[in-house]
Amino acid sequence: MSDEYDNNKSYKAQSSEVMDGSTGSINPDIDYVRPAEVGEQDLYHGHSFIEKWVFCQDAKVIGVQYFLTAVFTGIVGLILSWLMRLQLGFPELAGFMTAEHYYQFVTMHGMIMVVYFLTALFLGGFGNYLIPLMVGARDMVFPYVNMLSFWMFFVAVAVLMASFFVPGGPTGAGWTLYPPQTILEGTPGSGMGILLMLISLSLFVIGFTMGGLNYMITILQARTRGMTLMRMPLTVWGIFTATVLAMLAFPALLVSAIMMTLDKVLQTSFFMPTILKAGEVLEYGGGSPILFQHLFWFFGHPEVYIVALPAFGIVSDLISVHARKNIFGYRMMVWAIVGIGGLSFFVWAHHMYVSGMNPWFGFFFATTTLIIAVPTAMKVYNWILTLWRGNIRINTVMLWCLGFIVTFVNGGITGIFLGNVSVDVPLSDTYFVIAHFHMVMGIAPLMVIMGAVYHWFPLVAGKMLHEGLGKWHFWITFLGAYSIYFPMHYLGFIGVPRRYFEMYDSPYMTSAVGMNEFISIAAFIVGAAQFILVFNIIKTLKTGKKAEQNPWKANSLEWYTSTVPPEHGNFGERLPVVHRWPYDFSVPGAKDDFIPQTTAPSEVIHTEVEKT
Amino acid sequence: MSEQKIDGFELKPGFKGMASDTGSDQTMFKGVHWGKAMMWIFLLSDTFVFSCFLISYMKGRGSTIVDWPNTSEVFSLYVGGVPVPLLLIAIMTFVLITSSGTMALAVKYGYEKNRKMCGWLILATAVGGLTFVGMQVFEWSKLIHEGVRPWGNPFGASQFGSFFFMITGFHGFHVSIGVIFLFIYTYKVFAGHYESKKRGWFTKMKGDYVEIEILGLYWHFVDLVWVFIFAFFYLW
Repeated sequence: MSDEYDNNKSYKAQSSEVMDGSTGSINPDIDYVRPAEVGEQDLYHGHSFIEKWVFCQDAKVIGVQYFLTAVFTGIVGLILSWLMRLQLGFPELAGFMTAEHYYQFVTMHGMIMVVYFLTALFLGGFGNYLIPLMVGARDMVFPYVNMLSFWMFFVAVAVLMASFFVPGGPTGAGWTLYPPQTILEGTPGSGMGILLMLISLSLFVIGFTMGGLNYMITILQARTRGMTLMRMPLTVWGIFTATVLAMLAFPALLVSAIMMTLDKVLQTSFFMPTILKAGEVLEYGGGSPILFQHLFWFFGHPEVYIVALPAFGIVSDLISVHARKNIFGYRMMVWAIVGIGGLSFFVWAHHMYVSGMNPWFGFFFATTTLIIAVPTAMKVYNWILTLWRGNIRINTVMLWCLGFIVTFVNGGITGIFLGNVSVDVPLSDTYFVIAHFHMVMGIAPLMVIMGAVYHWFPLVAGKMLHEGLGKWHFWITFLGAYSIYFPMHYLGFIGVPRRYFEMYDSPYMTSAVGMNEFISIAAFIVGAAQFILVFNIIKTLKTGKKAEQNPWKANSLEWYTSTVPPEHGNFGERLPVVHRWPYDFSVPGAKDDFIPQTTAPSEVIHTEVEKT
Repeated sequence: MSEQKIDGFELKPGFKGMASDTGSDQTMFKGVHWGKAMMWIFLLSDTFVFSCFLISYMKGRGSTIVDWPNTSEVFSLYVGGVPVPLLLIAIMTFVLITSSGTMALAVKYGYEKNRKMCGWLILATAVGGLTFVGMQVFEWSKLIHEGVRPWGNPFGASQFGSFFFMITGFHGFHVSIGVIFLFIYTYKVFAGHYESKKRGWFTKMKGDYVEIEILGLYWHFVDLVWVFIFAFFYLW
């Protein structure tokens, strides 16, 4: 903040306090940073193998644990999608699959990918690893609670996976779990399957709350000296805002899960209307299925941004570093993230246009939905303007970032289609919707995850991932993903409904059959291409070349740790002192094309660097 | 507005001052303990949980096809053959609000390092909470005895029992968790763990009397939620 600097100048008289030793400054006045407000964090170092690697309190280990668990569930989700595509493209080869199986795969694929893969990976994985390092903290503020958070997540995943093996199998109600059909006989997995799903979701929410409190308080109250809010990397801003959303949106999921569990176990009728089954009136009556939809989407829509905002933040940092240029409109980017987060709580019913509601209600939600396009478009322009005349390095990380921008714009534009009631009603529940949300919250964030893995792997493992393999991985995934989802827009326009097990002799089948086969083949290839990354990681860990410290010449604090990979406590004897934002790239007059956040102003006084 | 100093940080007046204070380095909330900030944010999240419950209750009660039971009859106690509406609830509420008072005093004596007084007051709070839970058990068993079940009741809409048991149960669960922690902290205060800087059993962290205040925040929140539940279930 520029105000900060003005404040600092008034401290001139106290310049004797400046001698923090970390800068070796020539001109103490302009290098002044306020003394520490909070004492050193009391860290508990594990002693045994169990304390160091299993029930570990180090946020970095917890981050890797989250990452690996999420990737494991993600691979399960990937295999489920293969099975679905096999049925859709080549039903004659999928004779082992019944319609019930198909619905179960659809449901589990959706729930796994949205909640247990993307959310856990971004917030649990990247959040845990990067937040303390980027804000200059020794660890999360409540390491023990943080450890519990991961193990709660682990149990949630175990319960979810257990539902594959119970009588009746996992629930097949669709990932939205709409009552009344979810818990009624006839829906696959309406016995133990749905119960385990609801228990697993509740555990996930409890576990996430523990982690979320850590992320928020670490960012708000445990930043290092000089790290003002407006000097934080956008990654931290994205993860922070997403965590706020999660803390306020997950309660609705928890409540709806509890109420549905009671509907299932105790025959209450929270969501269950009077139901006639084979001429008999069931014991349910008087409940409101629409209430569930409101609760679910009050969680469900912010959930989209819980996945998207960390991706926005991370990709901003990656683009800036690999284009060697400061992020264009940093403050605008911050406020756009916060604005999108705030707006995301007022748009939920755009998922319910076909559920039947007052037209004015639809009008309101269409308006708020389209308003979200404004801050989102600002972000896209700023990414492009960051690239504009930058010293772009076309490496694997940059390729993933460019892939993200293109894919995100694509998915965003179809979102504007679907945000309008009159366009949404005919397109609802068709493949157009599938194409839209996979582009915008599936493929686009996934591209950021991939870019982030290639970017931060040298920090986590101390070795450089193989670039050639990385480029193969990118191009197959990028082109393949477009081969999968572009044709789906067309399928949606000709009216192919989603969630159908097979099409029989529908009139549109003639053109849809060939397209479905093509999409399926592309899906198999793209899925298989992800194992290039697994192979790359294993190969790199065994024989990869050692990474130098800060291989990308980045400015943010995670690259300036005492050791690589960082040890418990992150920064050795002294915490770093921050003097600038992390985006001082290619500053005219500077020795290198980057100025680390820890560089004191007096060291770069001859350059054209601006105060941040 | 006078300028205020918190731990060496000068807070500046006005909106611009607030913006530069909150946006400054290290901490956003100056002088606020990590655990205290955590509890506030947890309570914000928990507020959303209870709001979702209560909004669902309003929606459920508003859209039932059968009439809602007459709550002033269902919840009344018979004293000498005369029904007294709200009697039990009044006592329960009184006990819980009183326990909030003892909790606040415990925080005060904690910060004054008056270990004995602090310990007794936390114990009193715990006993108050336990009494509340006990009376809730009595109320539940009375209603169950009269035939109220989560899936139906003889007085009207079946959702009455569903929402009543779910929401008061969820609140009672919060109170019970609080009571357990109150007993644990009674022990910790009487044993002098904050003076001896003994490390926690699980967290391996050293404690401080601020923990009593954090526990107090939770306890006051649970009381506040009860006021809303009281209004929505018993007065509506």
